[in-house]
Amino acid sequence: MASIASSSLYNALFRRNYTMLGAVFAGAFTFEMWYGSTMDKIWDKNNRGRQWKDIRSKYVEDAEEEE
Amino acid sequence: MLARSCLRSTRAIASARNGAVKITKRAASSSSSGSAADSPLRMNIAAVAATTVAAGSIAWYYHLYGPTAHAMTPAEEGLHAPKYPWVHEQFFKTFDHQALRRGFQVYREVCASCHSLSRVPYRALVGTILTSDEAKALAEENEYDTEPNDQGEIEKRPGKLADYLPSPYPNDEAARFSNNGALPPDLSLIVKARHGGCNYIFSLLTGYPDEPPAGAQVGDGLNFNPYFPGTGIAMARVLYEGLVDYEDETPATTSQMAKDVVEFLNWAAEPELDDRKRMGMKVLVVTSVMFALSVWVKRYKWAWVKSRKIVYDPPKSGNSRH
Repeated sequence: MASIASSSLYNALFRRNYTMLGAVFAGAFTFEMWYGSTMDKIWDKNNRGRQWKDIRSKYVEDAEEEE
Repeated sequence: MLARSCLRSTRAIASARNGAVKITKRAASSSSSGSAADSPLRMNIAAVAATTVAAGSIAWYYHLYGPTAHAMTPAEEGLHAPKYPWVHEQFFKTFDHQALRRGFQVYREVCASCHSLSRVPYRALVGTILTSDEAKALAEENEYDTEPNDQGEIEKRPGKLADYLPSPYPNDEAARFSNNGALPPDLSLIVKARHGGCNYIFSLLTGYPDEPPAGAQVGDGLNFNPYFPGTGIAMARVLYEGLVDYEDETPATTSQMAKDVVEFLNWAAEPELDDRKRMGMKVLVVTSVMFALSVWVKRYKWAWVKSRKIVYDPPKSGNSRH
């Protein structure tokens, strides 16, 4: 099973250089998106109540006017 | 004779200290063979003299190089501030922006009458301490120079977000003149610029005793503060309980105000700290995972090298083909 999966992966992505390069770039992009948002979530959880976005609602007057 | 025996015994001491037992033995044997007429009295005198010389030279060396030379007296050094458990100094914690807001209020209402904060623009306050409306309203309270108009005259305009916080004095000379010759330092980078950082400034603000201790020399126009290098500081104690009315109704004790303003000044010195720490966390996590992976790959690739067994199989004597 594993050999079939890996050989199909090889044939689909790594056989030709440009597909492999595309896979690497796309993988890096998606990983960066996922990793950044996950770590930001952890960061916000660790600093709950300390950051400006947590207390901003207390001071902002017109929500649509604020950036 | 004395000199020779001295030499020998110091050498024996040195070699004994090195723990080389054989050398000690050899020195002893060579001394017995060199001069056979050493009486016990002479040996004792030699040992005492050698010990005196050795101990004396060590004492002299320590006298010359041992003690630390201090350029300043402890009073000139200032009392070292104790370490406080600042939450915002932890690796993975941001500034407490509610505290920054309170600290900015303290700066504006108390510190700003003498101290400038010239490297902080209003736009830096937006999104960290104030909303943009608040910051705009605050900026418009002050007047700034315009660009020269058609006649080359410079007029005044209300401030905008791109302007920097106004300084209380036009220049250092004016500041000195108004403050009895002492220059109130700019506070933009003060947390970075002082040894002890937050701890020092907090201790300085809260460390004024009610009256200077007996025997302390306090100069004319100066105040006693043990944390200030030299102990004579031109700034008097400013933070008294209830000096500021916090909008979030935090009790405005001296230490609360000092803590808030110190955190605010740390933000002014390092406004990028929150982002820097967040990026640092990401980098640490990714690099530790990569390191663990690289260790695993190395062990995987080396497994056959490390676990192989090399066996010598000698040719059997009977049926050698050669």
